[in-house]
Amino acid sequence: MKSIIVDDEASARMIVAEFCKGVPNLEVLHEFPNALEALKYIRDHHVDLIFLDIHMPKLTGIDFIETLQNPPKIVLTTSDKNFAIEAYQYPFIVDYLVKPISRERFEKCMTKLEMAFTTSEETPNISKQENSEEDLYINIDRRLIKLKFSDILLIEAKGDYIEILTLQKRFRVHSTLKKIKDKLPTSRFLQIHRSYIINFTQIIDIQDNSVLIEKSVIPISRSNRPELMQRLNLL
Amino acid sequence: MERPNLDYIKEISGGNEEFEKRFLTIIQKEFPKEKNEYMTQIDGDNLEQSATIVHKIKHKLGILGLHEGYRLAIKYEEDLKYGDTKLKEEFQEILTSVEEFISNIA
Repeated sequence: MKSIIVDDEASARMIVAEFCKGVPNLEVLHEFPNALEALKYIRDHHVDLIFLDIHMPKLTGIDFIETLQNPPKIVLTTSDKNFAIEAYQYPFIVDYLVKPISRERFEKCMTKLEMAFTTSEETPNISKQENSEEDLYINIDRRLIKLKFSDILLIEAKGDYIEILTLQKRFRVHSTLKKIKDKLPTSRFLQIHRSYIINFTQIIDIQDNSVLIEKSVIPISRSNRPELMQRLNLL
Repeated sequence: MERPNLDYIKEISGGNEEFEKRFLTIIQKEFPKEKNEYMTQIDGDNLEQSATIVHKIKHKLGILGLHEGYRLAIKYEEDLKYGDTKLKEEFQEILTSVEEFISNIA
């Protein structure tokens, strides 16, 4: 796994580099004191992972992320806990380490990374189109079918399969809710029940503990309800 | 008042004294620069810029085991963004204690 470290503090870079030394198969190719230099580097070099500080002069970590066309996995390193929610809207952000980082926490991060890379490799059936935040390709009988995110109404878990209900039709795909959840933009989709992810921009109404989308009534679990309510533009 | 210490640095070094030395050299270079930058900004009443530097210094406080100092810096950073400087003196005392500590380590 080839990585780079981007942080304007030399001491912070040194800590991460030291932790990385003890991780098998993890190589730190380069360290950068600012995001601009890192951007130039990754244009010409393949990188699997970036340890990225958020607060940097000129170009912040978040600005940097926004410029990436085909982002590798990213671990954010920051002294600010306030960006955690914003950070996790990006599916390629694997972890969020608050400085000063302890060795124990870094080791947990490595476990998460290992899982993230394994999951990516095991998900050939559903792939997000490169350079696109608008759609998703699903594999049906060896045919890749493009679904626009805006057309997806909801996804239901059905054993080893998921059913994707779109404005036009229903698709059955061999996958799990967790796998597809990682491919969907959080700005539009939310899991509201252990068996359902919904496109919450398509909600018609909410009554008691259920939502109405198109003609489907979907249950909301008690634990997911607060997040759903937070996402809604309530009067 | 809590005192700076090397506990965290020893934890991350895993007993590697060479690493500890190199790391402390970096801290000895970085901290005075950050402190001077902070002093320039706070003396110039540039509170937003001061908050940015406090954010960086905060990490050093954590590295040097100043848990209370770290918490105070979090509060001070937020306060500065809202134009509130009431923690200025307390923060200054922390800076002085760090400065003394790092100038006395070999």
